[in-house]
Amino acid sequence: MDKTATQVFGRPQSLQDRVLHYCPGCTHGIVHRLVAETIDELGVREKTVGISPVGCAVTAYNYFNCDMQQAAHGRAPAVATAIKRVLPDGVVFTYQGDGDLASIGMAEIVHAANRNEKVTVIFINNAIYGMTGGQMAPTTLPGQKTTTSPYGRDVNTMGYPIKVVELLNTLTGPAYLARVSVHDPKNVQKAKEAVRKAFEIQVAGKGFSLVEVLSTCPTNWGMSPVEALKWLEANMIPQYPLGVLRSPESKEAPNDI
Amino acid sequence: MVTKEKAARTGNEAMAEAMRQINPDVVAAYPITPATEIVQIFSGYVADGLVDTEYVAVESEHSAMSACIGASAAGARVMTGTSSQGLMLMAEVLYIASGMRLPIVLAEVNRAISAPINIHCDHSDTMANRDAGWIQLFSENSQEAYDNMIQAVRIAEHPDVSLPTMATTDGFIISHGMEAIELISDDEVQKFVGKYQPAHPLLNVDKPITAGALDFTDYYFEHRRQIAVGMANAPKVIARIGKEFGDKFGRYYGFTESYKLDDAEVAIACLGSTAGTARVAVDNLRSRGVKAGLLKIRVFRPFPAEEIANILKNVKAIAVLDRSDGLSNFGGPVFNEIRSALYDLPSRPLVVDYIYGLGGRDIFVADIEKVYQTLSDISKSGKIGDLVQYLGVRE
Repeated sequence: MDKTATQVFGRPQSLQDRVLHYCPGCTHGIVHRLVAETIDELGVREKTVGISPVGCAVTAYNYFNCDMQQAAHGRAPAVATAIKRVLPDGVVFTYQGDGDLASIGMAEIVHAANRNEKVTVIFINNAIYGMTGGQMAPTTLPGQKTTTSPYGRDVNTMGYPIKVVELLNTLTGPAYLARVSVHDPKNVQKAKEAVRKAFEIQVAGKGFSLVEVLSTCPTNWGMSPVEALKWLEANMIPQYPLGVLRSPESKEAPNDI
Repeated sequence: MVTKEKAARTGNEAMAEAMRQINPDVVAAYPITPATEIVQIFSGYVADGLVDTEYVAVESEHSAMSACIGASAAGARVMTGTSSQGLMLMAEVLYIASGMRLPIVLAEVNRAISAPINIHCDHSDTMANRDAGWIQLFSENSQEAYDNMIQAVRIAEHPDVSLPTMATTDGFIISHGMEAIELISDDEVQKFVGKYQPAHPLLNVDKPITAGALDFTDYYFEHRRQIAVGMANAPKVIARIGKEFGDKFGRYYGFTESYKLDDAEVAIACLGSTAGTARVAVDNLRSRGVKAGLLKIRVFRPFPAEEIANILKNVKAIAVLDRSDGLSNFGGPVFNEIRSALYDLPSRPLVVDYIYGLGGRDIFVADIEKVYQTLSDISKSGKIGDLVQYLGVRE
């Protein structure tokens, strides 16, 4: 080996060397990597515990190279809360989709955020239930076709998309709330910054952090991976604006009115 | 003349088809493997205007059953579908449904419960809710799933019963296994289920009601006693509807189904899809001169104790196959109930329990033949050995 060569890129230590089970073009792989890179960079792998959800990422414990616990559907924030309180020096994160977090688990996420639990939540929003086969999610866009809204989501009977970070931003508690996307390299870089910031806030003991990541589901959207990335940019971002809604620097209770 | 159409249907498709033909007023559901398809296919019927149903895509199973309760109390004919963790999350509300005497029909796909998380078949979810005051029907195949759904509506809504009813299939084995079934025409299903006449709906201004009011030491006991009366009335109704269904459509239903039990010396009792496998084992053993028989239980709630005791009274040794484990150190739920049912017989058969198939572990004809072999040994020696055994597990 050339001793002058330096390795500048490789698999993060916090990611196991395994083939992911996710569908071709699914962005879970990118987000897994961003989380793993962050854990590596902060040097906290040996004290990190991840909570896997119910949904496509149920077996995320096969990929993250740290201790993991699988939670009942939607209950990851409650499980994470208790792990963190028992192991206060640990770094605890949940990795949840929109079926898990924004639907069945809405109560747990709101209350964990409201208590400002010192955990990090990575929230994957792909506007559909992926694991069970493409049913309508609370995050499905108006008019979007799914297997349970075959003529498109009718807002009169099925409601509007739930904007999770805006909803949580009405609470006084949380320390960091951001929405990012992974539809192109520039946004992947921004997503990485947000994920890193979210973990740093936890490590610094500043409170609850959540990053919503706009993601694709080519299989259930019925698109090629490239089309899906374009669809995300064109349709999801107008509905779900990107940005940091809350950070310790800007922390003022928005509902102090 | 009854119209008969043969069609290829999975258990999930068969149940969705029955729901379309029943055309309930309200369906509220949340997806869960392997039951998702039932309500997903049905939501397509709603979108295409093939049914008049109000479909509510709620945020959890707890909300699904709560919405069903609201709709049923309002006087609607209500159905939903779920499985495993979904049924477990519903548990609180299942008891409320029966306590309020609301005849909701649930398509339940039997699946293992966490932990460890698993999506495959066993009966732990349905058995965990066996005391919820719901009528429980088990199906051996897609045909029975379809027929049970249609009969469930009549059983649940009968004024003498007025209890919610779950028709169950076995996850993946039936839910995703396609086979030829005989369909009944839409008209005939409609005629059979008839129009729902709720006894005490909300907003009947001549008879205002409160549903689910607080009871303390004054009336709680009496109201719970009334649920038991409803369950005690159920056998007559289930028998009558099973016969009426048979007279009309040619397929008769009772509480149990006996296979070669008349002269049987050794017998197996089981529920659901395993009955099909056990039947083959019985045939194999009969061809070798073993007097083997099979008891399939279709109705687990209400439990047909007298009928079972009567059928099994002359058998020498019985093995109960339990697809769930009560973790009581005293066998599974089916074993305990059958064994108890036999207690009053003047001469009791010997009974052992086999816990099998947890988390979708396959059971093969050879496994069941081995159980019969053990039964033959027990029958000869009069000694049962281990009361509870685990079939097909790695120890």
